[in-house]
Amino acid sequence: MSASVIFKSVAELSALLAAKSISACELMQAFAARTTAVEGRVHAFNSRDEAGALSLAAASDARRAAGQTRGPLDGIPIGFKDVIAVEGQPLTASSKMLANFISPYDATVTTKLKMAGAIPWGRLNLDEFAMGSSTENSAFGATANPWDLTRVPGGSSGGSAAAVAAGEMPVALGSDTGGSIRQPAAFCGLVGLKPTYGLVSRYGLAAFASSLDQIGTLTRTVGDAAQMLKIIAGHDARDSTSLSTVMPDYSAALPKKSRPWRIGVPKEFFGPGLDAEIGAAVQQALAFYRSAGAEITEVSLPLTAEYAIAVYYLIATAEASSNLARYDGIRYGHRARTTTDAISIYAQSRAEGFGEEVKRRIILGTHVLSSGYYDAYYLRAQKVRALIRGEFMSVFQNCDVLLSPTTPTAAFKIGEKSADPLAMYLNDIYTIGVNLAGLPGISLPCGFTTGGLPIGLQIIGQPFGEAEMLTIAHTYEQGHAWHTKYPNL
Amino acid sequence: MNPSADINIEYVARLARLALTAAEQQKLSQQLGDILHYVDKLKQVDVTGIEPMAHGSPVFNVWGADVIMAGFSVDQALQNAPEQRDDSIVVPKIVE
Amino acid sequence: MNYEAVIGLEVHVQLKTASKMFTRVAAGYGAPPNTLTDAVVLALPGALPVLNKEALDKIIKAGLMLGCTIAPVCKWDRKNYFYPDSPKNYQISQYDQPICLAGSVEIELPGVARNVMGEHKQIPLTRIHLEEDVGKLTHEAHDSLVDFNRAGTPLMEIVSEPAMHSADEAFAFLTSLRTTMVQGGISDCDMEKGQLRCDANISIRPVGETKLGVKVELKNLNSISYVRDGIALEIRRQTAVLTGGGSIVQETRQYDGEAGTSVAMRSKEMAHDYRYFPDPDLLPVQVDAAWQATIRATIPELPFDRQRRFIAQYQLPYTITAVLVPERDLGDFFEQVAQLCSHPQAAANWLVNDLRRELASGKIALTESKIRPMHIAALVDLVEQGEISMTAAKEVFNDMFQTGEAPAAIVIRKNLKQSTDSGALEQWVQSAIAANPRAVAEFLAGKEQAINAVKGAVMKASQGKANPKLVDELVRRQLLAVKP
Ligand SMILES: [Mg+2]
Ligand SMILES: [Zn+2]
Repeated sequence: MSASVIFKSVAELSALLAAKSISACELMQAFAARTTAVEGRVHAFNSRDEAGALSLAAASDARRAAGQTRGPLDGIPIGFKDVIAVEGQPLTASSKMLANFISPYDATVTTKLKMAGAIPWGRLNLDEFAMGSSTENSAFGATANPWDLTRVPGGSSGGSAAAVAAGEMPVALGSDTGGSIRQPAAFCGLVGLKPTYGLVSRYGLAAFASSLDQIGTLTRTVGDAAQMLKIIAGHDARDSTSLSTVMPDYSAALPKKSRPWRIGVPKEFFGPGLDAEIGAAVQQALAFYRSAGAEITEVSLPLTAEYAIAVYYLIATAEASSNLARYDGIRYGHRARTTTDAISIYAQSRAEGFGEEVKRRIILGTHVLSSGYYDAYYLRAQKVRALIRGEFMSVFQNCDVLLSPTTPTAAFKIGEKSADPLAMYLNDIYTIGVNLAGLPGISLPCGFTTGGLPIGLQIIGQPFGEAEMLTIAHTYEQGHAWHTKYPNL
Repeated sequence: MNPSADINIEYVARLARLALTAAEQQKLSQQLGDILHYVDKLKQVDVTGIEPMAHGSPVFNVWGADVIMAGFSVDQALQNAPEQRDDSIVVPKIVE
Repeated sequence: MNYEAVIGLEVHVQLKTASKMFTRVAAGYGAPPNTLTDAVVLALPGALPVLNKEALDKIIKAGLMLGCTIAPVCKWDRKNYFYPDSPKNYQISQYDQPICLAGSVEIELPGVARNVMGEHKQIPLTRIHLEEDVGKLTHEAHDSLVDFNRAGTPLMEIVSEPAMHSADEAFAFLTSLRTTMVQGGISDCDMEKGQLRCDANISIRPVGETKLGVKVELKNLNSISYVRDGIALEIRRQTAVLTGGGSIVQETRQYDGEAGTSVAMRSKEMAHDYRYFPDPDLLPVQVDAAWQATIRATIPELPFDRQRRFIAQYQLPYTITAVLVPERDLGDFFEQVAQLCSHPQAAANWLVNDLRRELASGKIALTESKIRPMHIAALVDLVEQGEISMTAAKEVFNDMFQTGEAPAAIVIRKNLKQSTDSGALEQWVQSAIAANPRAVAEFLAGKEQAINAVKGAVMKASQGKANPKLVDELVRRQLLAVKP
């Protein structure tokens, strides 16, 4: 049973459930068994509640039997990056600080998925508080890449990507602040969708950098990404930055092709530092689109290429230094037992509760906001951010989407970059601009290295241009079989 | 120039309420010095007349009506508290 | 050397809203600990703030009442500092783009006598902004307890220019501000409940000097008389220091109202590096002319404007207006009575003396009283038309205060109608003159007061129902007839 379902897409599983070829309970049991079999090697989960998931599966079966099924996600197990709140479940952010924290409330996306009948299946590992690109910065140990267990799955949504790639679930939620969904999707051979800033509510997502964070999905197919987006997107009164916008039917739009697409190719994203095999794979994808009738033009994003990483690390760390101030061991979270002094209890609890990367970013963010430095760092970064957004918007006057590699290299070795934070930061070079400009982006598989590691193709859309972006991605996927390959575990 | 001179780790760590060991301070000084040196390149950009972008999207006037919605019970409010008494959070004595 | 004090006030006023500033859980005072919280109030991972529209409306109203300029665009900033009563360890506030700018508070200084209006002044404001309150700490023997019920309550911070020069002015500022905010329905301003809190920045300088002296921040002025006493004490303290050849240290001092002393607070480690930056979770607010106009239409007349109008329009004495105006309900009540009767001064007397006395002794709010404006108007008219005597009117008042019955009905029920039957009166007058020969003799000898004994006897015979004016007339006429 399990081998036949664990690598199926949500759409396929949904059809099996609808045909009553399989029950939600059997499906849940299959994923639970697979998880038990591979978790020792992959370590994608921080925690899971098998009994709870099975009872939700039973409830789904009961609904189906009564003719009250809630749609295509009813009975589908979904993984949650361990920064998205699910009532009654742990929310650790992969931090010692929140090791014992149980969320008393649901995130808005959680509520929407529960209403759709989906089954929360486990809390997935990440770089502590989503700070990192490798899932090595977890207080509970690193996650391995299912394609090569000696390599990182990417990050910060590495647990989400690894879990789906390893067949432990068909879909997982992640969050993307500078590439944290797209980069692990690329490293693990999945589809990673980062929606337009404001399309999906952030309510219930433990914040890293509020003006950049966005919840998105890791799926096997573009179709599944569209299906998930339909459910999790939409205005939320609990998130002031969630925007009211007319939502197209993303799934229905997939087969449609309105006109010859105009695809822009940012030349700076193909410069030195790009792995040759990745460059070649992306060029082949471009050739595919050209043959499909698309108009390909070279565009230039000089400010993005040169300054995005600097802008990102100033803005993200500044916001993070303030967002993470709430973790003080007073109302919840780790409280140091080594002191009874009210002043030092903060410093001690936070020193004990946070890992190295988090401390590094809090210190940097605090510094750039501090008296005498604000204008030179934070304010200037905000201005350059505005220029970067403007640069994207002017390029979009002549393009529908932009196309690039997702990452300059394939998955790197565990430990390879952990000693040099700046080198790690530079790995996000192609993905970060999307977050700064608030755009949607998607990564989808476009080949393998000779070493057998997945390669990701990034498509960047216009604000709220998810439908067109997904359609373009779907067209590529229809013409290729990369998404049907699975790691040998 | 020693880039680590750009940041007073001790001062910033105190502002951020982070107790750092001497070794951590030294390591951070070096790493953050490198990063600050890297971000210094932003000084090359002409930002004259540019409005800073403080938000993910340029929208105004988002609010809710003044209606009461259910909150937490005391149990929910204190379920994760490290220490509690009399339905309140306990903290070490604060001396003004 | 003579010194002049320079005082600026920072006043925090809790806005009267149903829910909190950035979430819709109930705001309120006096609930059991930690019963008014949610994910946002407790700053749980993932919680996000959403502005309360009513709080915006209220602060715009406050700003318009105080003559402020309403900023076309204002924004929200995070003020970062760690404290156990601050759940996020940053306070959402407004830093460099507050919603209200400038404006002023009109104050009245004490007059030369209680019944004389004092000097009026405008104290300029720097700004008013909106922020959120923190939780409450209770210090116990070995630790402290935190209750987050108050955390997130909408809080308006009103900052005055350093433009006051005496404790009396500061007291008058706060009194006037409180009256205005209460009458605008913006806050209940109950200082005991912490709905109005005041800090003062005080410095002194030699008279004639224009440069400001070193300022001291005085905190814990948690009653309106503490504001006056605390500031007066601080001015004396600074004067003594300078006179004694010392110098003022910039510091924060805590006032102890019971002891009438102040002590320097241990200077907070890391003086103020709040790392303000725009809150990315909250979008800026644009206030256009239409929004301002909608709010402006809800603004009541300002207290001092109303007082001046009461004096001019109804010829009320200052002392009466000084009682009528500070309570908006009472002033409104008076105006309703004045619409219904032609003797507003008499009506004002009933309200200021009798009605307030009875309300106070029964601990009843005016709005809950059985007496409505038409009652007072009818009572005044009965007296003025000579239908009942003043003595009877007092009885009618007390009765209608208890029963809420119309005065005319009470007059009938109690048979209090003033007698105007001149036949009976003539008889009573004759008997009274006959029964009081000594008083009659004295009066005729020129002692005016002696007539009262005769009149009293007539009133007594009539059981109080005789019209005093008529009695006076008849007694005089008959006495003069007797006079040889
Ligand atoms: Mg202040
Ligand atoms: Zn304040």
